[in-house]
Amino acid sequence: MEGAAVLGRLNWHVAEVADVWPETDRVKTLALDVEGWPGHRAGQHVDVRLTADDGYQAQRSYSIASPDGGPRVELTVERIDDGEVSPYLTGDAHAGDRFELRGPVGGYFVWDPDPGGPVLLVGGGSGVVPLMAMVRQRTANHDEVPTKLLYSARSWEDVIYRDELGRYGKRGDGLEVVFTLTREQPPDWTGFGRRVDRELLSQVAPPDLSLTLVCGPTPFVEAVAEALVGLGHEPSRIKTERFGPTGG
Amino acid sequence: MPIISRGFKGRRRDDAPRDRVPPGQYVTDDFPVLSAGPTPHTPLDQWDFTIVGEVDERRRWTWDELRALPSETITVDISCVTKWTKLDTVWEGVSVDTLLDGVETSAEYLTVFCDGGYTTNLPLADVTGGQAWIAFAYDGEPLEPEHGGPARLLVPHLYFWKSAKWVRGLRLTATDELGFWESNGYHNYGDPWKEQRYWGD
Repeated sequence: MEGAAVLGRLNWHVAEVADVWPETDRVKTLALDVEGWPGHRAGQHVDVRLTADDGYQAQRSYSIASPDGGPRVELTVERIDDGEVSPYLTGDAHAGDRFELRGPVGGYFVWDPDPGGPVLLVGGGSGVVPLMAMVRQRTANHDEVPTKLLYSARSWEDVIYRDELGRYGKRGDGLEVVFTLTREQPPDWTGFGRRVDRELLSQVAPPDLSLTLVCGPTPFVEAVAEALVGLGHEPSRIKTERFGPTGG
Repeated sequence: MPIISRGFKGRRRDDAPRDRVPPGQYVTDDFPVLSAGPTPHTPLDQWDFTIVGEVDERRRWTWDELRALPSETITVDISCVTKWTKLDTVWEGVSVDTLLDGVETSAEYLTVFCDGGYTTNLPLADVTGGQAWIAFAYDGEPLEPEHGGPARLLVPHLYFWKSAKWVRGLRLTATDELGFWESNGYHNYGDPWKEQRYWGD
């Protein structure tokens, strides 16, 4: 399965912004219509290339948030204040604007509907984006693999996709959503209220876990992966994807 | 004709020399971390480095033996396929030429193998002639595990996924065998100046 995702040359496509909506104060989702989009697997990312009117260009990578389906691709982008591309995508871009996009990229950190047992998805901050694509793909496909999403955010206001995730947890289709809010919790909060550590993972991770996918900033990914290995989970069944605020 | 992104100006760095920043890259002062799985922690007394495959005889060094070999300080620019370039990084390591000295082989390629199961493939000609090192120090300090410590390959003229972290040896091969990222959509060779990021580039 791995390696099957990308065949042949990845061409630049023209993406037109169809819609933009805020997810949190710092995060927006851009729905793009991409002419000739070849389809993708949940978890893959794209390269975005912006060109200034004097020809200067900048490229960055962003995770796809939407499941595969048609020419519509959604990117969820966190604004990095001293970044180059994210301030444009989350500030200036609106419906009708166009830029270039190339992908899908990456055949490893992708949704596997049949890994042989339960799946754990662990997201820190905007690291939830590729995991959300997997959750959505799972729902669209009616995949039955028991799946838990553990999502760490600073506060409830920082939780991306909170309404949709709230609904998913209640569908009774084998998907469970667990939040931990590390800095600030609402008064009636019943979820976790601390950083993801070994003890928290021992409560959340099923013992017969087949596959874990972890995405977030490097210290988060290092801590989660290390704790899972410490709990006896097989390192080769832990896939990681990291991002940092660098350049954004 | 490129698509002009209305209102996009960019944040250009005037201090970035253009002849040192490959196309599509931006200069960063950070040192981002990328890897596909958990960081391995092999104790140094269980660590070794081997050269296997199409060779007259297998070579092996323990950690102490490797560290006793002549080493060099290397100052190079590095470029990651995820778009960042870092200028003037300072490493210390043993030249791959030193390790291959006296090895008889008809191989033209090699697979670099690592703790954690990661592999990457290169032409033999790209790791000889002063182009590649087994690096064990960065910026004057022992290489941190998240950056590939205790030792990583350093092949600065190619995208940095070729500079495999947690390296444990080289398998010399007669044919070119795709490594981990090379099997997952990334370019087989990875020359940043030709922007060989993905298959078909």
